[in-house]
Amino acid sequence: MSVRHALLALLSEGPKYGLQLRQEFEARTGEVWPLNVGQVYTTLQRLERDELVESEGSEGPQNSFRITDAGAAELDAWLRTPPADEAPPRDELVIKVLVALRLPGVDIPELLQVHRRHVIESMQRYTRIKAEGAADDIGLTLVADAELFRLEAVVRWLDAADARLKRSTFDKRSTAPAQPRPVRRTPAVQR
Amino acid sequence: MSAALEIRAVTKVYGSGATQVHALRGVDLTVETGELVAVMGPSGSGKSTLLTIAGTLEEPSGGEVLVAGTNVAAMRANDRARVRRQSIGYVFQDFNLLAGLTAAENVSLPLELDGSPARIARRAGLAALEQLGMLARADHYPDQLSGGESQRVAIARAIVGSRTLLLADEPTGALDSVNGEGVMRLLREACTRGLAGVLVTHDAQLAAWADRVVFLRDGSVVDQTMRPAGPESLLVPQPGQ
Repeated sequence: MSVRHALLALLSEGPKYGLQLRQEFEARTGEVWPLNVGQVYTTLQRLERDELVESEGSEGPQNSFRITDAGAAELDAWLRTPPADEAPPRDELVIKVLVALRLPGVDIPELLQVHRRHVIESMQRYTRIKAEGAADDIGLTLVADAELFRLEAVVRWLDAADARLKRSTFDKRSTAPAQPRPVRRTPAVQR
Repeated sequence: MSAALEIRAVTKVYGSGATQVHALRGVDLTVETGELVAVMGPSGSGKSTLLTIAGTLEEPSGGEVLVAGTNVAAMRANDRARVRRQSIGYVFQDFNLLAGLTAAENVSLPLELDGSPARIARRAGLAALEQLGMLARADHYPDQLSGGESQRVAIARAIVGSRTLLLADEPTGALDSVNGEGVMRLLREACTRGLAGVLVTHDAQLAAWADRVVFLRDGSVVDQTMRPAGPESLLVPQPGQ
């Protein structure tokens, strides 16, 4: 999300001071995105230069800002524009697993489990945000939800990787028993 | 004080000879009162077998199951059945409510089967429904309830009376994520009020409601999470951010 559009959204409710904008921004993003006041004023200056907001009074902290018609149009267009959703060029976790596949002696199921546990521990923390009173704070709940769905997708990828590797090892063993196995397995998963 | 549930070196073998399947291979698990533990693992990892053994619905091939400090295997069949009725509540994926009984009757049935007079059983049933915000639906039949409401009734039935152990197998079934979260919130609250809970699931979002997540793989516990740090730890900048 851009700070620029977040400020336009807050100003669409009525004129506000810079400090007030910062407080409301932090409150509505569940205080997981701290913003310094310098960032707020720099962004407001740019918005004013682009005629998306106008200042109402004097210089300094008592100066309040209001959104212009062009600003409202810009905000509406931004809300309806799909965010860039192309996959990141490199997913570090995927790369780690691919590298591990080529290395002799790496216990892949164990490696996947290390990452699975780590991700689920993060999910437990976000869930505690929801469990401990975020019900009254819809903004914070939505932030926690978004992170939980993202992390859940990582766990599902790990589960799928685990199942695929298990199956591929099994297939190779049953069709070509003389071939060396590509990955070492833990004793627990050998049958 | 003894743990609400203690599973010691439990094994379970189905079949014999070439078709023998080792569903559990020496599982240890201790669950304290007030604690909710999730058991995660892929299909066939032994999750559901572990739950049915914990619930005394099935006997282990080896090892011990202790409910509130008492070794279940050493009990006579009648005593074991009494522990099952009085101390252990189950929540299943598909609710398993009896269609011909109202919500209140479904909830009080386990107490009546255990010999409680109908009036006392009904009072306990209504108290359990009230805890789950379902008192207004007490006289509705299962087909008059939504999926989320049915599961609330099923949870009320699982905690009714003096239950100490709550066992749940994929308890959110086909509910959407917000209703599923509601179910998890209720299970969590039930544990906080003084039950021990074991939740079996493959869903990471559900498991994340637990105090501790235990990972099962091919019948063995391979890993578990630590008790989570508070949510404030998320605000500490991570390296590289």
